[in-house]
Order: sequence, then structure tokens, then C-alpha cells
Amino acid sequence: MQPLTRVEGRAIPLGLKNVDTDIIIPAKWLKTVRREGLGAGAFETIRAEPGNVFDDPAYAGASILIAGDNFGCGSSREHAAWALGDLGLRVVIAPSFSDIFSGNAVKNGILPVVLPQDAVDRLLEVAREGQPISVDLESETVTTPYQDRYTFILDPFRRHCLLNGLDEVGLTMARGEAIGSFEAARTAAQPWLMRGTAAA
Amino acid sequence: MASRPRTLYEKIWDAHVVETRDDGTALIYIDRHLVHEVTSPQAFEALRLGGRTVRRPELTLAVPDHNLPTTARLDASGKPVPIADSESAAQLAALEANAPAFGIRYIPATAKEQGIVHVVGPEQGFSLPGTTIVCGDSHTACHGGLGALAFGIGTSEVEHVLATQTLLLQQSKPMEVRVEGDLGPGVSAKDLILHIIGRIGAAGGSGYVIEYRGKVFEQMTVEERLTVCNMSIEAGARAGLIAPDDVTFAYIKGRPMAPRGAEWDAAVAYWRTLHSDADAVFAKSVTINAAKVEPSVTWGTSPEDVVPIGGRVPSPQDFADEGKRVAAQKSLDYMGLVPGMAMTDVPIENVFIGSCTNSRIEDLRAAAAILKGRRKAANVRWAIVVPGSGLVKAQAEAEGLDKVFTEAGFEWREPGCSACLGMNPDKVPPGERCASTSNRNFVGRQGPGARTHLVSPAMAAAAAVAGRLADVRELV
Repeated sequence: MQPLTRVEGRAIPLGLKNVDTDIIIPAKWLKTVRREGLGAGAFETIRAEPGNVFDDPAYAGASILIAGDNFGCGSSREHAAWALGDLGLRVVIAPSFSDIFSGNAVKNGILPVVLPQDAVDRLLEVAREGQPISVDLESETVTTPYQDRYTFILDPFRRHCLLNGLDEVGLTMARGEAIGSFEAARTAAQPWLMRGTAAA
Repeated sequence: MASRPRTLYEKIWDAHVVETRDDGTALIYIDRHLVHEVTSPQAFEALRLGGRTVRRPELTLAVPDHNLPTTARLDASGKPVPIADSESAAQLAALEANAPAFGIRYIPATAKEQGIVHVVGPEQGFSLPGTTIVCGDSHTACHGGLGALAFGIGTSEVEHVLATQTLLLQQSKPMEVRVEGDLGPGVSAKDLILHIIGRIGAAGGSGYVIEYRGKVFEQMTVEERLTVCNMSIEAGARAGLIAPDDVTFAYIKGRPMAPRGAEWDAAVAYWRTLHSDADAVFAKSVTINAAKVEPSVTWGTSPEDVVPIGGRVPSPQDFADEGKRVAAQKSLDYMGLVPGMAMTDVPIENVFIGSCTNSRIEDLRAAAAILKGRRKAANVRWAIVVPGSGLVKAQAEAEGLDKVFTEAGFEWREPGCSACLGMNPDKVPPGERCASTSNRNFVGRQGPGARTHLVSPAMAAAAAVAGRLADVRELV
């Protein structure tokens, strides 16, 4: 995973609430067996509207997306995070995120920043002026050229993984012994839990 | 040892903590993992690239469901019918190859046990009370109906579970949805969960695991409980669960992968401890009066956009929140509805009975009871029933339900996810409406431009007969 410490750049002022992962990447794009190339289908229904924020040259090359409440709700498809990454986005700022989406985002080097609605409204204004926004994960702050300064909190473990570009699977495989002890205790006490498909 | 009172969620969580990191993140053991073709290929590929193996292959069960066409799977000579869409075919072929390559039990598309993962898990006795169950699909919350802690995960987590049989998680907060009193006649589990989502909102359960409590849930069958828990994710909750009881145990007993003999007795003894303690504390609590719940329908493009069938299309001005006003206007434009219109005046051209929410035998019986001796209205162009599994299909056929559906003008299909998300050829055409027993009315969910109204199976049948959204209580 690509580490993330600081991102500065233009932001796309989407602002909508309840942006579900079907909106981020419609189901027909999920037939791929790869992670790459999903940017082409990202926000397809919104991009069909003339004058949409994603195709507005004022926001070309943006690395930040600003959205409303409950961003990434609905389907657990990680394709949503892959699609955002493929668009070149590294940060999404919103008042709240769905639990599954924010986990998927971090695992793909994308930072979900939770800020109160009034801060998000202010950042939408700044973004619409075409001014850059800075997001610093080290200090957990968002700043603008107008001296706006907002702090956010990311779960410490996720922050650690994102700052260092760590692979969770590798981290957990190093705990194989602890998992083995847990399994041994379970097999002894509740063997039926460990049978799974082998019970049939 | 005297321990503090705990909720059901906390009891299941505590029983699965392998270890806790200093930052509070817990390594949680995963008992059961369901895999389908859409969210797994990249996980298997990552295992291959990393030279990793599957830690406990017997704790994962693979079954194709999302992409499968629901037309006949075998030709007249008994040979598998090729899948026309080359991308779907490639994705299905990837699962068929990956599962055995990693030692995982695979149910092929042509087996009678095939079906939607969330129908197959409980049906096979793979999903059990008190277990942690995950799948790369947000409707995994469904299995909470058995008293399991079940939730959807992304593909990176699918790889994590395959490689380590664990997940790194932050504990959610326990939330109680308490329903007081009894549901009225003609009001189903689906109507209740739609009503609950309408009440708490699409983000109302964000950061929480919901426990559904009250007499209504105790009196429900397991299939009804699965329907309720299935849609917990539509309220933003990570999971939803209902304490297991004798109804649950009777449902599980004798299923192929369920414990047997002395192990069955030990399992039931353990399952009986799985309930929230009397003085357990919930971080959030919502109370619903069951008597006020009516057959429910959605008018917009978020599952929180719920009104009773006797209600009207709301006006954006009805909402206090500015964001919701904007969203409501966009929804109305997309849905082609105007404020003040009676929901029973909304015409319907398509009817879909199926999905992991409502494709079990009781759902099909409920719809068939309304359709028996009736026919779909002339303006209903397309009506299909997609059973949740091959076993559900066989049971329905044994009861003659397939005849009831086909005589009413419905198509009787093979099992799969189908028009719930339109990854296979079953799609609702642009601009047309669908009364759908599925779980999401998102923009484009059932096909580009499709307009979805979420309803119960009986209400879908009523809409088919009336050619418009209709109150099923007028047909019984």
C-alpha cells in the first residue's frame, strides 16, 4: 500500500449526502478480476450529467473529494476504493462515512477525514473557488490558504498503517502463534465450531 | 468470577478476541467465511502473489450467485449452458478454479444446493448462533437472524480472513432497537425493517451493531429474522442480531453442517447463554410501536425514504435538514414522482420477487397466497420470481407454488442475486418502475435509470395484480 502523510491540492466539491458505493462504481463494473482501470466507471451516473464536478476542468487533477454525510454507504465493494484511487484521489472529506467503506479506503491508501458539517461546508466553498486544501495525517489537520484550520482524528491503528504503508495481512501473519493457541483452545472446548464445511 | 452485564454483541465479541493491541484494535477470530465470485478474485490473486495459503479452508464456503443468469443452467442433453457475457463467465470461472486450488468447498452453479450466499449459509447449517460470520457482501448482516455476529467486508479483508482466519477490528457500540406490541394483520418482517430504517435513517446505525429486541422478534420464524437482520446495513449498522432461542435451534437441527449428537447438546447449552444480560447497557436505544407499522414502501433512492402504503410522496420542504432537501429533490427527479401523489397511484411495470432479503420459502408462500387465482395486471410487463436457492426452488415446486406464479403471469427462474443488482441479464429498463422485494433502491441499482420501490413479497404480489403499488390488506 502507498503510504500517505500529506496531501495538498485541488478538491472536488461533490457535497452530496448518502453517496452509496453503487454511485461510486455501478455493478456492471464489478465483473473485473483486477483492481485497476475502475476510474473509467467511477461516478458514471453523475458524470452523465452535463457540467458535473468530476469533468469540470476547474477541478482537473484533484486529489481530494469533499462529500456529505454517510459517504460510501451500501455495498461492501472495495471496487469503490479502487475506483477513487484510479481517479487519483487520496483523501475524502465528509461529516461521516460508512464503516465498511472507511476500512476499505485505508487499506488502499485513501484517507477518510471526518469533519463536522460546518467545516465541510466551508471546505466546499474553498474548493469551489479552486483554492487548494492541505491534509496532513501526521498532525491530523486540514488547512486552507485562508488560514482555516480543522483537526480530525483517525483510528490510531489505521493511521499507523496509512502513514507507513503497512500490509495488514503481513502484520497479522506475524501473529500466527497467538492465532494457533486460540484455535487449539477452541478445538478442545468447542470442536463443532472448527468443523465448518467438514461437518457435512 | 462476577463479570459486568454484557449485551449479546459484547458476549460474542469477547468470545472471539485473539488478542488486543495497545491502540485498542482487536484481532478477532472468524468462524465462518462465505465467498462468492464478485469480491474474491483479487483476494485469491493477492494470496498467490504473496505466496500465501488459506489458513483454515474448512471454515470457508464458496458459491457463485451475483453474476449467474437465472435462465436454465443445463441444456436438453444435460450439458451446462455457456454464459453469454464473457466478463461474467470469466469471473465465475475464476471462483470455480480458485476454490479447489485453495482447498475450499465449492458449490457449483448446477448443484441443487447452489443459491445466494446468505440463503445457502443458514440452509446448510454452516451459519450458526454465536459465530462470527463474514463475506465480501454487505448483506452478510442477514445471518444475525440466527444470533451470529455477521458483517460484510471488503476484498482486502477477504484476503485477510483467508490467510489468517481473523480480522483486525475496532469494537462497534451496541444499539438496541426495541419493538413493543404486535404487528397488525398483513404487516410483515420486511415492512417492519423498512419502517425501522425510515425511522432511524440510512446512517442511524453507523458505528453500531443493532440488537433487535421485543416480543415481535421472539414470535418471528428464523426466515423472518433473517429478513430483518439482512437490512441492518441499510440503516448503516455494521451488523444486526436477534438472540437465538428454541425457534433458532429447531431451525438448525439436522442441517448438513450443523453439529450432531453430543456436540449438538453442547452447542445448544452454549447458545442458551447468548442473550443480553438483564441490566446490560446499550449506547443507543430506539423504541418502535409495532401497532403503528403499516405495509411499507419506498418512494426515493435511499432505503430511508419509507412511507406507509396509505401515505403520499413527500415534498423536499417536509425535511428540516438542508442536505436531505437537496437529496429528496434529486430522488424525486430520478423517480419521476411529484410531491403529494398517493403511493397507491404509482403505476408498476416490473415486479421482482427475490434477493437475500426475501427469496426463502416463506417469502414465496406469502407472495403465492396473494397471487393464487389472480393474474398480473396488463401494464405489468415483466414479473419474475427468483428463488434464493435450488433447495428453496425444489420445495416451492413440491408445494405447487411455481404453478401459482406462472399462472399469474410470473416467470419462474433459477436461483441467484438477479435483479437485486442487475449484474446478470435480469435488469429493469431505464425509466421503468419495479416493485422489488430486494434491499436497495439506489440510483441505477436494478439497471441504469431503473426506478425501484422496495416492498415485502406479499406487497410485490399485490402490486403485480393491481398494476400499481397497492395495499395487500385489501386483497386478503
